[in-house]
Amino acid sequence: MDLSNFLMMRQELGLVAVFAVLLIYDIFGGETRAMRWFRPLAITLFAIHTLAGFICPMPEGEAFGGMYVNSQLTVLMKNLLNLGVLLVFMQAGEWLRQEGTAIREGEYYVITLATLLGMYLMVSAANFMLLYIGIEMASLPAACLAAYNKYREKSAEAGAKYILMSTLSSGVMMFGLSYLYGAMGTMYFTDMAPLVRFDYMTVLGFIFFFAGLAFKISLVPFHMWAPDVYEGAPTATTAYLSVVSKAAGCFALLLTLHHVFGAIGQVWYYMLWALTVLTIIIGNIFAIRQQDIKRFFAYSSISQAGYIMLGVLHGTETGLTAVIYYLLVYMFSNMAAFGVIASVENKTERTDIAAYNGLYKTNPRLALVMMLAVFSLAGIPPLGGFFSKFFIFASAAAEGDYLLVFIALVNTVISLYYYLRIVKAMFIDSPEAGIGVRLRTDGYNSVSLVLCTVGIIAVGLVSNVYGYINGVGF
Amino acid sequence: MNILSVLVIIPLLTMLALFVSKGQKFVRTVVTAGFGLQLLCAVAMAVMFLQERAVSDAPMLLCSDTVWYAPFNIHYTVGVDGISVVMILLSAVVAFAGVFSAWNMERDFFAWYSLLSIGVFGYFISLDLFAMFMFYEIALIPMFLLIGVWGTGKKIYAATKLTLMLMGGSAFLLTGILGIYFTSGASSMNIMEIVQTGIPVNHQYWIFCLTFIGFGVLGALFPFHTWSPDGHAAAPTSVSMLHAGVLMKLGGYGCFRVAIFLMPQAAQELSWIFLILTGIGVVYGAYGAVVQTDLKYMNAYSSVSHCGMVLFAILMLNQTAMTGAVLQMLSHGLMTALFFSLIGMIYGRTHTRDIREMGGLMRIMPFASVGYVIAGFASLGLPGFSGFVAEMTIFIGSFEHADMFRRVLTILATTSIVVTAVYILRTVGKVLYGPVQNPEHLKLDDAHWYERFSAVALIVCIVAIGVWPSGVQGIIYDSLAPIVEHLNLF
Repeated sequence: MDLSNFLMMRQELGLVAVFAVLLIYDIFGGETRAMRWFRPLAITLFAIHTLAGFICPMPEGEAFGGMYVNSQLTVLMKNLLNLGVLLVFMQAGEWLRQEGTAIREGEYYVITLATLLGMYLMVSAANFMLLYIGIEMASLPAACLAAYNKYREKSAEAGAKYILMSTLSSGVMMFGLSYLYGAMGTMYFTDMAPLVRFDYMTVLGFIFFFAGLAFKISLVPFHMWAPDVYEGAPTATTAYLSVVSKAAGCFALLLTLHHVFGAIGQVWYYMLWALTVLTIIIGNIFAIRQQDIKRFFAYSSISQAGYIMLGVLHGTETGLTAVIYYLLVYMFSNMAAFGVIASVENKTERTDIAAYNGLYKTNPRLALVMMLAVFSLAGIPPLGGFFSKFFIFASAAAEGDYLLVFIALVNTVISLYYYLRIVKAMFIDSPEAGIGVRLRTDGYNSVSLVLCTVGIIAVGLVSNVYGYINGVGF
Repeated sequence: MNILSVLVIIPLLTMLALFVSKGQKFVRTVVTAGFGLQLLCAVAMAVMFLQERAVSDAPMLLCSDTVWYAPFNIHYTVGVDGISVVMILLSAVVAFAGVFSAWNMERDFFAWYSLLSIGVFGYFISLDLFAMFMFYEIALIPMFLLIGVWGTGKKIYAATKLTLMLMGGSAFLLTGILGIYFTSGASSMNIMEIVQTGIPVNHQYWIFCLTFIGFGVLGALFPFHTWSPDGHAAAPTSVSMLHAGVLMKLGGYGCFRVAIFLMPQAAQELSWIFLILTGIGVVYGAYGAVVQTDLKYMNAYSSVSHCGMVLFAILMLNQTAMTGAVLQMLSHGLMTALFFSLIGMIYGRTHTRDIREMGGLMRIMPFASVGYVIAGFASLGLPGFSGFVAEMTIFIGSFEHADMFRRVLTILATTSIVVTAVYILRTVGKVLYGPVQNPEHLKLDDAHWYERFSAVALIVCIVAIGVWPSGVQGIIYDSLAPIVEHLNLF
C-alpha cells in the first residue's frame, strides 16, 4: 500500500493524533489531579490543529483510488468545522465541571473529535460509501453527546430520539444508495455523474438519498426531531448540532446535488425550491411561540438552514462562496448565542426565555453579546449576518430567482419579530422574572464570546474574509 | 480623509466614547461635543461644497471611492449634490437640537441615538446602493430600543410595529436593489454609473414598484403609514424629533434618488398610481389630525400629510415641484422637530398630552407657547416661515402639468392646507389661550435653558429659510437640473 495516500489525509491524521493523545490521557488520568490539565490541553491541542489547518499548505488531489478527495475547498470547509468545534470546546468546559458530568469530562472531548472525523470524511468523500460512513461516524457518537447528562431525563430522551431518527434516516439513505448502485453500478461521484439520467430507479434512489441527508440538516418536513433534541441535549451539544453538524451536512448536500445529480436538475430543483420556502416559513412561524430558548433556537436554526438552501439551489460559484460565508457567520452568531445560554443555564438551570428578562440590567455584557448574536441572525447591518444574507440573496437573484429572494426577505421580517422578543426581554422587560444574579462566566467561555463578537462584527465589515473564501473557489 | 466620511466617523466615535463614559455630566459633555462637532463639520462640508460647485459642474462633488466587495462591485462611494447637502445640514441641526431636548437622558439612550445618526448621515452621503441600504437599515434598528426602553404609553407595541413595518419595507427594497444590480448588467452598484447603463424597460416596472414602496414605507406612503402615528406618539421627545424630522426624509430622498432616478420610464408611466396614493395620504393625514385629542398623535398625522406632500411633489417629475419637495423635506424636518420638542416640554410638565385636559398654557409657560405658535404657523404655511416657501413651490410646480388628472389632484391636495389651519388654530386656541383646565398646572415652570436652546436653534432655521429662501432654493434647483434632464429624455 502506498503511504502517500495517508499523507493526503494530513488534516485527518492531525485530528486522529489529537484524538489519541486525549483518549490516552483520559484513560490514564482517571480521577487524579492530573485531570485538571485536561481541558487546557484539549483546547490547546485542538487550537494548534485548527491553526495548522489555516497556515500549513495542504496537498490537493485524490487518494484511495478516488474515494477521498482533497482540494482547497474541502480544506477550507474543514477549517470552518474546526473553528466551530474549538468554540464548542471553550463553551462546554463550565458545564462539564458540574457534578453530574465531571467524572466523564474527558470523554466529551474525545467523542466530539470522533464525530468531527466523520464530518471530515463527509466533506472529502468522493464516493457514496465513504460519504455514508462519514455520516454514520458523525451521527452515532453525537447521540452520546445528546444524552450526556444522564441524570437528566430530557437529555436521555434527546439522545434516544436522536439515535432513532439518525438510524432511520441512515436506513432511508442506504436504501436510496442501493437503488443508485443498482441503476449505475458504481458509487464514485465522477463515474456516476455522466450515468445519471431521468429514469425511475435513479430518481427514486435520489429521493431516498436526499431525504436521508435532509434529516441531518433538518429541512422541513424532516425537521421534527430537531426541537426535541435541541431542547433536551446539553447546551454545548445543541450548539454543536446546530452549527457544526449542520454545516457539514449542507456542504455534502451541495456537493452531491451539483457534482453528481446535476443531470437531473429538473427533478430536484423545484423540489428543493419548495422545501426551501417551507423550511424558512415553518421554522419562522414555529419559533414565534416558543417559550424555551433552546427550542427557540432550534426553530431559528431550521429557518437558517432554509436560507442556506438559497445558495445551494443554484450551485453557482457565487452561491457556493455565499453558502460557506453564510455558514461562517452563522457559526459565530449561533455560538455567541449559545455561549450566553450556556452561562445562564450553568448557574441558574434556567432555559426559559423569561430568564432573560432584564438581563441588560444584571449582566450588561452578556446581554450585548446576545443582542449582537440575534441581530446578526436576523440580518441587521453592520453585523455579519447582514452581509451573509445579502450575498446569499444576491446569488439567487443572479439566476433571476427574484420570487424566492422576496419570499425569503419577507421571512426575515418575521424572524426579526421573534428575535426582537429576546431583545425586548433583555432590554425592556422588568428584571423580576429574570435570573436576577450577576453571572461570572468562566475564562474560556469569555474568550469564546469575545471571538464570536469580533467575528460577528468584523467578518462583514472586513471584506478580506469574503475575498479569501471567494479565492478558494471550486 | 474625505470630509464626508468624517460625518460618519464622528457619531461612531461618540458612540464608542459613550460606552466607556460614566456619570451624567461626562455623558452630556461627550454628547454635546460630539454632535456639536458634527454640526460644525456639516457646515464646513457645505462651505466646501459651495466652493467646489463654483469651479466644477460634475453632478456629484467631494467624491471618494474605495473598493469594498469586488466580486459584487460593491464600493464605499461617497459624494454629495445640493440635495444631499441640504439633507445633511438638516440632520445635523435636528440631531444637535435633539441632544438638548433629551438633556436628562442616560448614557445608553445617547449611545443608540448616535448609532441612529451614523445610519442617517451614512445614508445621505452614499452613492453606492449597497452602502446606502446598509446605512438605511442601521438607522432603523436603534429605533426599537429607543422607543421600547425610553418611550411612553403603548411603547412595545409601537416599537415592534414600527420596526417590523420598516423592515418589511426594506424587504421590498432589497429585492428591488438586487433587481437593479442584476438587470443593469451586474457591473456596478454606483447610482451614477447605473444611470449611464440604464435598466431594461420591462424590468423597470416591477423594480420601480418595489423600491418606491420600500422607501415609501419610511416616507409614510399611504396605506403604509400606520407605523408613524403610533411610533411617534410612543417615542421619547428627541427620538420623535429625529425620526419625524430626519428619518422620514430618508424615505422621500430614496424614492427620488433611487426609484425615480434609476427607473425613469417606469416612473413616467406608473406615477399616476402612486400619485393617487400620496394624494389620499395628504388629505387623509390632515383630516386624521383634526380628530386627534393627543398632541403627539395630531402632529404625527400632520407629518403623514406633510410627508405625503413630499412624495406627491416628487412624483410630479418636474423641476419646480421637485425643488418644492426637497424644500418641504427641509421645512417639515425643522418644523416637526420643533413641534415635538415643544410637545415634549409641555408633556414633561403637565404629564398629559390630551388637548382636552390642557388650557391657558400661554400664561403658565410663555416661552413654550410662543414656540408652539410659531411651529403651528410654519406648519400651516404662513408666509415668512419655511412651510410657505415649500408648499407654494410644490403647488406651482404641480400645476405646471397641463393634464386634467394632475391638476385635479393638486387642487385636492391644496385643501389639506385649509384643514391644517383648522387643527392648528383650534389646538392653539384651546391649549394656549383657553381657560386653565387643571389648577395644578398653574404651579408649572417654563422651559429650561437647554430646552430653550433647542427650540431657538430650530426657530432660527425655520425663519431663515422663510425670509431668504433663494439661497437654499438655488442650490436645490441647480442640482435637480441634470436629474430632471435625465427624466425628460424618456
